[in-house]
Amino acid sequence: MANPTGWKPSMEKGAAPGGDPEATGLLGATRGLAMEEPLVFEQGSPGRIGVSLPPVPAGADPSAEIPAALLRGEIAGMPEMAELEVVRHFTRLSQWNWGIDTGFYPLGSCTMKYNPKSSEALARLPGFAGAHPLLPGSMSQGALELIWKLERSLSEVAGFPASVMSPAAGAQGELCGLMMIRAYHVARGNPRHKVLIPDTAHGTNPASAAFNGYSTVTLESGPDGRLHPETVAKAMDEDVAAIMITNPNTLGIFESHIAEIAEIVHAKGGLVYGDGANFNALLGVARPGDMGFDVMQYNLHKTFATPHGGGGPGSGPVGVAEALIPFMPLPVVVKEGETYRLVTDPKERPRTIGKIREFWGNTGMFVRAWALIRELGPEGLRRVAELAVLNANYVRAKLVGHYNLPYETETLHEVVFDDKFQKDSGVTTMDVAKRLIDHGSHPPTVYFPLVVHGALMIEPTETESKETLDQFVASMQAIAAESKADPEALKGAPRKTVRARLDETRAARKPVLRWTPGMKVE
Amino acid sequence: MRYHPHTPGDVRQMLDACGVTSITDLFRSIPAKLRLGRALDVPAATDEVSLLSEFQRLAARNRTEHPPFIGAGAYAHHVPPAVDQLLLRGEFFTAYTPYQPEIAQGTLQALFEWQTFVTLLTGLEISNASMYDGASATAEAVLLATRTTGREKVVVSGALHPEYRKVLATYLASTGDEIVTVPYGQDGRTDLAALQAAVDDRTAAVVIGYPNFFGVIDALPEAAAIAKKAGALTVSVTAESVSLGLLQGPGALGADVAVGTLQSFGNGLNFGGPAPGFLAIREGLIRQMPGRVAGATVDRNGRRGFVLTLSTREQHIRREKATSNICTNAGLAALAATIHLSLLGKGGLAHLARLNHARGKQLRDAMKKAGFGLRFTGPTFNEAAFEVGDAEAVVERLARKGIAAGVPLSRWYPDDPRMKGALLSVATEVHTPELIELFAQSVRG
Repeated sequence: MANPTGWKPSMEKGAAPGGDPEATGLLGATRGLAMEEPLVFEQGSPGRIGVSLPPVPAGADPSAEIPAALLRGEIAGMPEMAELEVVRHFTRLSQWNWGIDTGFYPLGSCTMKYNPKSSEALARLPGFAGAHPLLPGSMSQGALELIWKLERSLSEVAGFPASVMSPAAGAQGELCGLMMIRAYHVARGNPRHKVLIPDTAHGTNPASAAFNGYSTVTLESGPDGRLHPETVAKAMDEDVAAIMITNPNTLGIFESHIAEIAEIVHAKGGLVYGDGANFNALLGVARPGDMGFDVMQYNLHKTFATPHGGGGPGSGPVGVAEALIPFMPLPVVVKEGETYRLVTDPKERPRTIGKIREFWGNTGMFVRAWALIRELGPEGLRRVAELAVLNANYVRAKLVGHYNLPYETETLHEVVFDDKFQKDSGVTTMDVAKRLIDHGSHPPTVYFPLVVHGALMIEPTETESKETLDQFVASMQAIAAESKADPEALKGAPRKTVRARLDETRAARKPVLRWTPGMKVE
Repeated sequence: MRYHPHTPGDVRQMLDACGVTSITDLFRSIPAKLRLGRALDVPAATDEVSLLSEFQRLAARNRTEHPPFIGAGAYAHHVPPAVDQLLLRGEFFTAYTPYQPEIAQGTLQALFEWQTFVTLLTGLEISNASMYDGASATAEAVLLATRTTGREKVVVSGALHPEYRKVLATYLASTGDEIVTVPYGQDGRTDLAALQAAVDDRTAAVVIGYPNFFGVIDALPEAAAIAKKAGALTVSVTAESVSLGLLQGPGALGADVAVGTLQSFGNGLNFGGPAPGFLAIREGLIRQMPGRVAGATVDRNGRRGFVLTLSTREQHIRREKATSNICTNAGLAALAATIHLSLLGKGGLAHLARLNHARGKQLRDAMKKAGFGLRFTGPTFNEAAFEVGDAEAVVERLARKGIAAGVPLSRWYPDDPRMKGALLSVATEVHTPELIELFAQSVRG
């Protein structure tokens, strides 16, 4: 297939008319040697193979046992590549990616902190990586002990008496939390119909509520970016099953009225759900369980540094208050003397909501999270929150005046600016984000939270050094200046990436979602 | 602390820039009464050297010296070292959801390749960018079917993985949808007469394992025909996806939706997770599809590139009206499967699947020679249920030798007397003929 990716040498000419960011003297991005790389389906040659397997024993004939209509031969379209071709392919694809290992990744509310290499090595110990989930208890005490210990520590860190370990990701943790809330209300005779959600919430919150059959009521946050008790009191009635609150919220602001809000909700029989997406700000400093939250999901891939993996696998255990313990999905791991045991039989937990994920959860992620907690210890965990908050406030202090700060309220681990100062020159948040790429930074989260028009949500995390923050700040300041001096140049960004801005409208209007023979995208 | 780069001098300068004198000042917005006035009660910090020995001790308490003969939804397969070494490239594993496509083309193209592999394996037209696991993918498939058909009843084969059925029931608890479970016959396949009787014009979906929980290659085409006649969708569920290198893709047999896990490709057992769930559909169902999907497009210079697309179905846009609340999926696990499938390719996949079928036959032969017959008469792939007498005792006895024998089916089917002595065991390419022989002899005792 000739030139399937459409690359032409002439595209390199005339690049970067707006001047290169490195001309400013920064340690910005330069161009690497990035290779064009077709799909695996567009490569290889008939007869090639990339694996070495034992021979198929003679005399084994599937068609002797399986009806012919259910059998097939080789699958047309599968690639045929030698090992080196495959290795180069994925190595080249990796070079088209930005990761935390590459550079700064201040994606707000995603907590893109360093993922320790130790954790990767530990998770690959054969005793963990090779353990079948249905090993008899006598053969799996190590995994069970690890799950039990992690559960105890997570519960302590967030201030809950117990935690459900099985949810596969934060959003599934939310789902699980709301299922328990629903079961709790059903057990009291009425599931109720509404869930209150502030306007700063993640989209998963209303989606998880709707999934459980709840209608959602959006609560407006106040001019200070906080949810106010009177707003909650007005919306609260005995048909409200729960309120879902992220604390600190997605503006990075601590919901300082949380105790009072929880009281209002509890007084009418409702429960308080905590979205733990921003828990990094509170480690060792304050505990959601002490603030009136009844349930909260942990995002191990955020707070506890398990890899984000290009979009998962996450891991979303859920801490619960005493009243919700009977409804926890199975399994739970219990310690009996010196032995650990999985409780899987609903007869032992008759009010359980059931089961949320096959087997026991993302144990591979538990190994990594437990390794981090073990290495940090109590002081280290607190230091996480302290340095995350210090880093975010430092960036905030340095960018005030260059970008508009829609809420002046004090913030913790992240800060949200917008593009108001850039508006006059026609430069948008998206332009700033794309230009940042040329400077050698991943952009912040953009256009979220929805309460801020043109939001730029910056979360540096604790693992970034002052030099990295200084470089980011200098880039952001240079872009702010450039947006006045040469706004058109920003529109052409990014220029140093393997692809320029991509046509997302086209992707949605004419969906091409898989390779087919002769595929052309032009 | 090696993960915290701040020197005291850095902290001082940064605090000055913030206009405060101490880090504690930065937490003023948290009311004093809500602050934790003590250190967390977690174990004291440790160093990397101690950490390694501590985790080695823990890992050694899992007995994994022999490959397990347990399948039941998670399969021990050979993962070529090339897969893991590529997976460890930080640009892959430390990236997140590709929100900025210009610097995430690697993830996006790999997801597009994953989607293509899933469609090739399943024989369906569309795949999303992965799911959490096979069980939640099954639940999401059923919800897709109820949304599409506007119906409220689901007919599920009793030979579908019991854990998947439990998760399905949990997911449907708040919807009021009805789940009808139909029995299986002596051949271990779904009882088609019972299925026919259960499916009616209120049925949104028929859900069937392929192969099913007993390792039996179930009657997917017949079940799909029954579903189709009633206007219901057929959901085919595959946990041992290597089988799809030998068996017809479910799409070719009438399935409208195919779900399951590709854990068998490129992913270890990891005590059950993570694993890459998959979901594939017929083209007409696309607007109801849950989860992320990568699509091809062009950049400003006309070059092909990839983006996340059709996001108007999703929670971050649609919020409470989204097709699912799913956000993060199983990206890295899906990448592992994609790399392994690329290495296998056309010939390697067919070879691996035939080898697994042959190992299954070797296991059945060895067990037969040792005096253990099959519980079910239907055709199998690499896994089967054997009549071993007291299955729990066999498992316990072999565990003492460090061999994970399989799972007693009576655990999941306590009310079915046929399951009393049934042990579900698997053999894959990692079980040598010698090990299989040793296993069969050990079961005999």
